[in-house]
Amino acid sequence: MSGSKTKTSQSRRRFLRDAARTAAGVGAAATVLGLQSMQSQARDGAGVPIRPPGALPKGEFEKACVRCGLCVQACPYDTLKLATLLSSVESGTPYFTARDIPCEMCEDIPCVPACPSGALDPNLTNIDDARMGTAVLIDHESCLNWQGLRCDVCYRVCPLIDEAITLEHVRNERTGYHAKLIPTVHSDKCTGCGKCEEACVTEVAAIKIIPTELAKGKMGAHYQLGWEEINKTLENSAPEVPTEALETLGGKL
Amino acid sequence: MAKNLAQNAGKDAIRELGWWRAHRFLLLRRFCQLLIVILFMAGPTLGVLKGNLSSSNLFDVVPMSDPLIVMQTLAAGHLPEATVLIGVIVVVAFYAVLSPRAFCGWVCPLNVVTDFAAFLRRKLKLKTSFRWSANIRYWLIPVLLLGSALSGSVLWAWIDPVAALHRGLVFGFGAGWVLIAFVFLLDLLLVEHGWCGHLCPLGATYGVIGRKSLLRVVAVEREKCTKCMDCYYVCPEPEVLRQPLKEGDRRVMDQNCISCGRCIDVCAEKVFEFKNRISVKQID
Repeated sequence: MSGSKTKTSQSRRRFLRDAARTAAGVGAAATVLGLQSMQSQARDGAGVPIRPPGALPKGEFEKACVRCGLCVQACPYDTLKLATLLSSVESGTPYFTARDIPCEMCEDIPCVPACPSGALDPNLTNIDDARMGTAVLIDHESCLNWQGLRCDVCYRVCPLIDEAITLEHVRNERTGYHAKLIPTVHSDKCTGCGKCEEACVTEVAAIKIIPTELAKGKMGAHYQLGWEEINKTLENSAPEVPTEALETLGGKL
Repeated sequence: MAKNLAQNAGKDAIRELGWWRAHRFLLLRRFCQLLIVILFMAGPTLGVLKGNLSSSNLFDVVPMSDPLIVMQTLAAGHLPEATVLIGVIVVVAFYAVLSPRAFCGWVCPLNVVTDFAAFLRRKLKLKTSFRWSANIRYWLIPVLLLGSALSGSVLWAWIDPVAALHRGLVFGFGAGWVLIAFVFLLDLLLVEHGWCGHLCPLGATYGVIGRKSLLRVVAVEREKCTKCMDCYYVCPEPEVLRQPLKEGDRRVMDQNCISCGRCIDVCAEKVFEFKNRISVKQID
């Protein structure tokens, strides 16, 4: 009687042990799959995670970054963060969220020389050449200037005011005699620092930094803008005209 | 003396040698691990160690880089700047000369977690459960390199619990604690020494690096061994102790030894010592 009882308790114990192990194994697999799925859906609050200045293009950066966080520690404004397991960028890689803390565009760019691997391009020495992303006035429906009001905050805070963001005058059809001053980003100058996104006064920013490859369209080489073509010299027939002759004719080369 | 029980491992040594002496390498290791983590956490404020275990610099002068991460970067197709490459040379040279897997025993913060799991296992009398091959970790290295080449990313960095723990301590955990809990449960419930002894490819890398290193545990007084088994119970890689305790070479020459010196601590008969492997070559 007692013998069979021991046998039962042993087999029960074995069953419980195996069940616990199976549960642990299945739980482990489920956790890995769940983490993978959660990461693919991850969003870091408002906005898109932006890489530090000088970051190699997407695809190259993920190979080159050794996840050391030296750039994060070098950043004097706590702009840069290191991604964790469930961030929307690879865990251990640096990023910032412009709406929270934008890049202050330090003149000495301390994050770049801190990078030991070249994931942040050491050839970037002028911060104005950085292309972290591109500002896009992504929702003009909620932009105050688009309503005909004078907010101008994004334009005012832009470190490259009148270069990266200009105000373009457009007729205000509602009143019929006012102008709307439309904040207009020029992607050849915008560094993607995110000061505009941070400063945007609306509840959710109307202007946002997004990756340049998403922000930019492309017209295509076959479009020729007549008003620009007219000022270009023709490739095959650049005339050998003496400058004195041009002066007398009042033309320009 | 007969075989001791696993949960009593080290008690003889405490009785014979006193608590401090029976814990000296354990305490030294914990001090070393803690000091390194604190210096990293203080980061630029103190200016001693910046970065993290993936890549760092000491006093802004000596670069140090994780060889496994850099191998993955290379496999993915990026040739890093000189700083990282010099950093790898520094790290490899240091551990190649010092002692096998000294990183695992003296630097790696996850060692504290897995040691705790092993401790609980002994105290709760959890017997060996699954058995895995201890060579999985060595296979994992080429798998990760291939995976990095195919995916164009530093593959292991996403899920590596060692990096997650260290990065978590220095920069914030996020959800990274899940990985640590994972390793703890694996070691406690599924496989004895499951992480460090079977899976961790970083430990395997340091094992390969330290193959010929100098400082080794040596069973100098193995004649005094009473077969109490205490050293086997506390050793995270018990296989490495088998040969040196029998006959022939007294040195622990296995690359899987993590040089933790816990066997020296718990041996009441003072069988083991750390020795330069070249100077003891002649013994036996």
